[in-house]
Amino acid sequence: MNYENLYSSLSLIQPEITISVFLLLIVVADLIFDKNKALIPFLALAGLIIASVQVILQVTNTGYAFPFSDVYLSRKGMVTVDAFGAFFKLIIIISSFILVYFSYVSDEIKKSEKNLGEYYALIFGMILGMFFLSSASDLILIYVALELLSLSSYVLAGFSKLRTRNSEASLKYLIYGATSSGLMLFGISIFYGLSGTTNLYEINTFLASHQINHLTLSFASILIFAGIGYKISSVPFHFWTPDVYEGAPISITAYLSVASKAAGFALLVRFIKSAFVTSDDSLGYWEILSVFDWHSLLILVSILTMTLGNLTALWQNNIKRMLAYSSIAHAGYMLLGVAVLSNQGLVAVLIYFFFYLFMNLGAFFIVMLIANKTGSEEIDDYNGLGYTSPFLGVALTLFMVALIGLPPTAGFIGKLYLFIALVDAQMITVAIIALLNTVIALYYYIRVLKHMFLTKSTVETQTVSVIRPNIIFIIFMLAPVLIFGVYFGPVVDFAKRCVQILGL
Amino acid sequence: MEGFPIISLITFIPVIGMLVILFLPKEKVQNIKITALAATLIQLVLSVILMANYNYSAGGIFEESSFQFIDKFRWINIEGLSWIGTVKIDYFMGVDGISMPMVLLTSIISVIACISSWNISKSLKGYFALFLLLDTGMMGVFVSLDFFLFYVFWELMLLPMYFLIGIWGGPRKEYAAIKFFLYTLLGSIFILIVMLGLYFSAMEILPDGQRVFTFNILTMMDQSNYTQDGILSPFNPNNWRMLAYIALFIGFAIKIPMFPFHTWLPDAHVEAPTPISVILAGVLLKMGTYGILRISYPIFPDITRELAWYIALFGAVNIIYGAFVALAQKDFKKLIAYSSVSHMGYVLLGMASLTTAGINGAILQMFNHGTITAMLFLIVGVVYDRAHTRGLNDFGGLASQMPVYTGFVTVAFFAAIGLPSLSGFISEALVFIGAFHVESIRVITIISTLGILLGAGYMLWAMQRVFFGKLNEKWSGLQDLEMREYIMFIPLTIIIILLGVYPSLMLDVMNTSVNTLVDFVSTNFTNISLGGL
Repeated sequence: MNYENLYSSLSLIQPEITISVFLLLIVVADLIFDKNKALIPFLALAGLIIASVQVILQVTNTGYAFPFSDVYLSRKGMVTVDAFGAFFKLIIIISSFILVYFSYVSDEIKKSEKNLGEYYALIFGMILGMFFLSSASDLILIYVALELLSLSSYVLAGFSKLRTRNSEASLKYLIYGATSSGLMLFGISIFYGLSGTTNLYEINTFLASHQINHLTLSFASILIFAGIGYKISSVPFHFWTPDVYEGAPISITAYLSVASKAAGFALLVRFIKSAFVTSDDSLGYWEILSVFDWHSLLILVSILTMTLGNLTALWQNNIKRMLAYSSIAHAGYMLLGVAVLSNQGLVAVLIYFFFYLFMNLGAFFIVMLIANKTGSEEIDDYNGLGYTSPFLGVALTLFMVALIGLPPTAGFIGKLYLFIALVDAQMITVAIIALLNTVIALYYYIRVLKHMFLTKSTVETQTVSVIRPNIIFIIFMLAPVLIFGVYFGPVVDFAKRCVQILGL
Repeated sequence: MEGFPIISLITFIPVIGMLVILFLPKEKVQNIKITALAATLIQLVLSVILMANYNYSAGGIFEESSFQFIDKFRWINIEGLSWIGTVKIDYFMGVDGISMPMVLLTSIISVIACISSWNISKSLKGYFALFLLLDTGMMGVFVSLDFFLFYVFWELMLLPMYFLIGIWGGPRKEYAAIKFFLYTLLGSIFILIVMLGLYFSAMEILPDGQRVFTFNILTMMDQSNYTQDGILSPFNPNNWRMLAYIALFIGFAIKIPMFPFHTWLPDAHVEAPTPISVILAGVLLKMGTYGILRISYPIFPDITRELAWYIALFGAVNIIYGAFVALAQKDFKKLIAYSSVSHMGYVLLGMASLTTAGINGAILQMFNHGTITAMLFLIVGVVYDRAHTRGLNDFGGLASQMPVYTGFVTVAFFAAIGLPSLSGFISEALVFIGAFHVESIRVITIISTLGILLGAGYMLWAMQRVFFGKLNEKWSGLQDLEMREYIMFIPLTIIIILLGVYPSLMLDVMNTSVNTLVDFVSTNFTNISLGGL
């Protein structure tokens, strides 16, 4: 055992260590302060703050941790710490911060306050899983991290137990999850059987230098994609999404729609880039091994995902379900960015994800505030809300406009960069299909606005008053959506710095 | 005027007004109205100052140096990496002879519409805030010289328009509002995709010699700025210019609205409140034809020459079809809406001629149609406010009941028909002179003249049904015009008569630019492969 190696490896996974330590601290604090749980959210917050500093340092401090053995000169290991992973960890951290506030305000979570310790411990379990997913470069670690993430989220989906839908959500999530992770494990075993290694970089070298059965490899790749596709809820692995999103507590729904999707995307990109790409050309396009046609698979899946997501969202009456389908559609757009298989496409995905974080969580937050007050998530119950609670109405309108992708909001910039990447790669037909999709999407987002402003309420609706901290929080979520809509240079610059994936 | 950002001020003064309104308490109804009026009035004054300082001999179109009142600075500046080029987007505004009349039109119509909004009572604060945002969106479209900026403004007005129709509209407002939104967004995505295609085909040379992709519209007009293999580059033998032109044209045509993309217009007009109909007909429709003149024509002169015949054909279809449908209408407002379809056809026909007379006529027609149709919608508004019906057959004999009103109606109706000495005549005549001159579209032009006949038909018939004959006893209580309505009608009437007798007022402004445009479109981008299709 080479201890020097171990130290340097451990220093590279500081954020993960912090999260693990705080996970334990939360469990311990839960035992000690049995009566008063008020401390726990702040403990979680402290852990997140420390981890966020460590993640930011990772943007420049990169390297490989836990190499297989010292024999390999390359010393490429199980964990790859790079700017790309740091970007997604940052997304996860930011959404975790938001989640803590979400949970603090949410009535659903308040009602189960005596379980608050478990709640945050499970969330930290999710974060740990997602962190490892963002930087794992070994199939075994990928599987373990994925399971850690999944098991924590199964429990969280059914956490509040206030409604039967909670348990239904949890069980559905578990069944679909178990199936797809089983498929993924099968894919991993085939990969191991073919190449004799689970390390992505060694798989890459092996695929480039050996003749292998393409059919078997394609089969295995699709199986692994099934596991990832389940996490990012792409068609045809999306069936769990609406039910789970509708049934789970809103804070968890919002979190699943952003953070766990971010981890899925990080994994997908790293898996393709590390195992199949040999080099970047001068224009940033990836030279991909011809053993498996990722390009066609991703285009097909992304078009199906966005179209199905959008078309189904049209018919939803529950706003959480509608946002669930909308998040499926957004995953479709982002998959398209991956399908370009170029650094430019990747930049587009990063930018899109960063903006999507704010607009989606913002929309969910307002939905939660309204649900707290009126107890309803039906779009029909939003009638006249724009007049009774103008602030919430206008804020939700702006988030919806950003989700549609209209200027001058950040949502437009996200879409713009995506289409820039597509047009540059000459994928015009695909770009047009995606654009037509945004027109379909307009209809169901606008429907919410229609109910808020155009339809007069038939019954006397309650005024949803908003307390000051919530107003500040909403403004904090709105600011990036509006400011980055007209001045997006810094975000693009940052995203460009973060596309560097170690390993070529 | 050196160094004073007058164009930016004209564009953003309504937004400033909007912000003020947002901070006013909603009970202060009078203050809100006055703020909105002040914002639009300042905009008008600035536009008049702009006009007074306008240099009539500068051509504009493709040369930055001959644009006037330019505001330009680097808006987005993203340094490139090896694999992705530098992204630089300019905030670039200016006017030439094509945009100047539109700037003036927008400010005039905004003031009129603002006055016309005086008796709106529902959620006043929201109404005027959205109204002013819409104003900025429209003005921005007419002064932007950077495609990205143009697109942002183009989309900016969608949402306010949706709410203005949807909240303050008539019985079927929700349907009309969403239809407008969906149609226009569909058009915008075509514009967006062409914009991106052009972005990757044309490169601007920076002062330090670096070549970067650009959204600058003027750069896109110069053949020498195109890359060898860009998908919309004329040098690329497999280019997509033809397809891109058609896509862009559809994007703009939806706004005009050109047959067969016109079906959103009658719905939107009928349901929209009067001031919004005025804006819609007066300014919004012009954005489509303006876009074609500003972007499609000079960036794709080769394809324009190729497809001019089809543009003329669609123009003629608009004229005839719009007129026939207008003849069949029983609703006053719908009749005016379809007459708009017909009148915008003249603009298309004039543009398709690619002659100085024709394009001058087209731009003048844009201006005149803006003022005349605005007046026609106000006229419908006046009678609807009093009688709460718009059925043409419900009225009769109003001339004796409301003589002054009928006087203004006569001016507006005759101007719409194209009676000499009123402004509509000049522009239509110029359009026909220009179009007749071109042999290939002569037959189309001759057929189009039928539109004038039909126009006289539906207008006079409507007039007869509403104003002449025996007075329906039900309406014997109707009052003639009040002060506020005089304030709206008199300036429009003056403009209509003035431009009818002395059209050079407007023609001189646009003439140099139109000549430059005609010259540019007929000589540039020659001997290159058309590609596509």
